[in-house]
Amino acid sequence: MSLSTPIREPARESESMANEQEYVFKVRDFSAYYGDFRAIRDIDLDIPKNRITAFIGPSGCGKSTLLRCFNRMNDLIPGAHIDGKVEYHGVDLYDSRVDAVEVRRRIGMVFQKPNPFPKSIYENVAFGPKIAGYKGDMDELVESSLKRAAIWDEVKDKLKQPGTALSGGQQQRLCIARAIAVQPDVILMDEPCSALDPVATLKIEELMFELRAEYTILIVTHNMQQAARASDDTIFLTMGDDRAGYLVEKGATSDVFTNPTNQLTEDYVSGRFG
Amino acid sequence: MTSSATEAVEQAIMGRKRDWRSVAFELALLASLFIALGVLIWLMTDIFLRALPVFQERSLSDFLSGSMSSNPDRAGVGQALWGSLVLMVFVAILAIPIGIAAAVYLEEYAPDNFLTRLINTTVRNLAGVPAVVYGLLGIAVFVVLLKDWTGGPSIISGGFTLAIVVLPIVVITSAESLRAVPSSIREAGYGVGATKWEVTRSHVIPYAIPGILTGTILTIGRAFGETAPLLLVGAVTGGFAVAANATLVERLTGPYTALPTVIFSWSRQPRAEFRELTAAAIIVLLVLVLIINAIAIVLRNRYARKW
Repeated sequence: MSLSTPIREPARESESMANEQEYVFKVRDFSAYYGDFRAIRDIDLDIPKNRITAFIGPSGCGKSTLLRCFNRMNDLIPGAHIDGKVEYHGVDLYDSRVDAVEVRRRIGMVFQKPNPFPKSIYENVAFGPKIAGYKGDMDELVESSLKRAAIWDEVKDKLKQPGTALSGGQQQRLCIARAIAVQPDVILMDEPCSALDPVATLKIEELMFELRAEYTILIVTHNMQQAARASDDTIFLTMGDDRAGYLVEKGATSDVFTNPTNQLTEDYVSGRFG
Repeated sequence: MTSSATEAVEQAIMGRKRDWRSVAFELALLASLFIALGVLIWLMTDIFLRALPVFQERSLSDFLSGSMSSNPDRAGVGQALWGSLVLMVFVAILAIPIGIAAAVYLEEYAPDNFLTRLINTTVRNLAGVPAVVYGLLGIAVFVVLLKDWTGGPSIISGGFTLAIVVLPIVVITSAESLRAVPSSIREAGYGVGATKWEVTRSHVIPYAIPGILTGTILTIGRAFGETAPLLLVGAVTGGFAVAANATLVERLTGPYTALPTVIFSWSRQPRAEFRELTAAAIIVLLVLVLIINAIAIVLRNRYARKW
């Protein structure tokens, strides 16, 4: 992928096949547990760089769990543990020497419900860089982050006002700006538009296409149309009889939606199930 | 719509009756409210009327600055006010930081296992233990065991004892405020690469502080009226004098008294004048507790946060 790729045109599969595609994550034989309960099992997948990968599947199939394993956010849940391997640029994320805090600096996250800190818009964006020891011009970083999150024009005159006073869509873009400000490599989005109206949703999707040039984006979504129009690759998970989620199909979004190889996928994307 | 349909609907929905059971229930609730409120108002009026002569015959400042005296014309609550004030300073300095720190540990750091659940339950139970039991602890530990540091039955012993009385309440109210900070805020902090300490210090504690402060001030109000433990750890119920040139250490390790102790002491005096003085001291205590609670309410309303 190059910066000149027109916005909103998904990368073509042939292109990524031809070039040696660089992978950000390689997941091998991966299972995640909450206590004794296995939430996802035997996941194998590769996440290519500078693409938008969507995770779809019915409620409770473990999409969010899988996403939260990419930046070790699930470590924070008591009793959560994993089995298998997640490699991030070739490094095992769950190696005992890995500092999960450093991981989260490189792999940012945007959550389902907009969760700005009840502080000023400026402080929301500046918090991450500040604790990371950012030495440059903070005002400039805040401005550029807000600009890249396509919210600068709406907030530039009220940076001192609380982030919680913004509308839902603005709050979510503020959260994206906050994630961008720590200059991550990957952005994980856990149903970022589920609390937003269609206009705000479209803004976030456009934003994702712009951000794709610099970041690798993983997005969990309940909204099939969103996956279809706003992702390059799609991964479909579903739930087995043991209630553990497993991977059914992965591939270019256009293939998964128009030409699925698995009956389950076809049923799901055509709306017959889930 | 046909008229028969109208009739059918009319028959079905027009049978409005008085719901007597509901009315009776409402009246019972109202009566309960009046009983509770009535007793309180009666008590307050009675106390106020009894105290009136004291405030009419003497100036307020004379009563507020007077010392413990067997002469009812000169007796005042000056020493008691000073004692109560110093006690509250002790409570604030000791119980608030330790209580908040313990709550932060229990809520944010402690793993969820049998031991922490046991500790949590114990703290809740301790908050319900009668204060007089803490008084016994105060005698054993501060008055006897640590005599060399506290000066025996001194205001230091009283302050430490009161601090321990309110400590579990500070822990509980602080823990509740911390729990009210939604986990999405913590996740937001971790999501940008903050450590546990950074999330706790920069987000969780600041957002919980208004609630913690309100709860803490209310507990100080409670400590203000606590009598039993002070009687046990040596608050003086009779007259005493402190040399005008006494140093702070001498004042802190010497005899002391507090407002609730004085009320207790005066109420036991046989002379009628002391009954008026008791009522007057109660008024002073009530006004101070009301002021403390009002501060808590104002703070709560000003900083209340909706998530």
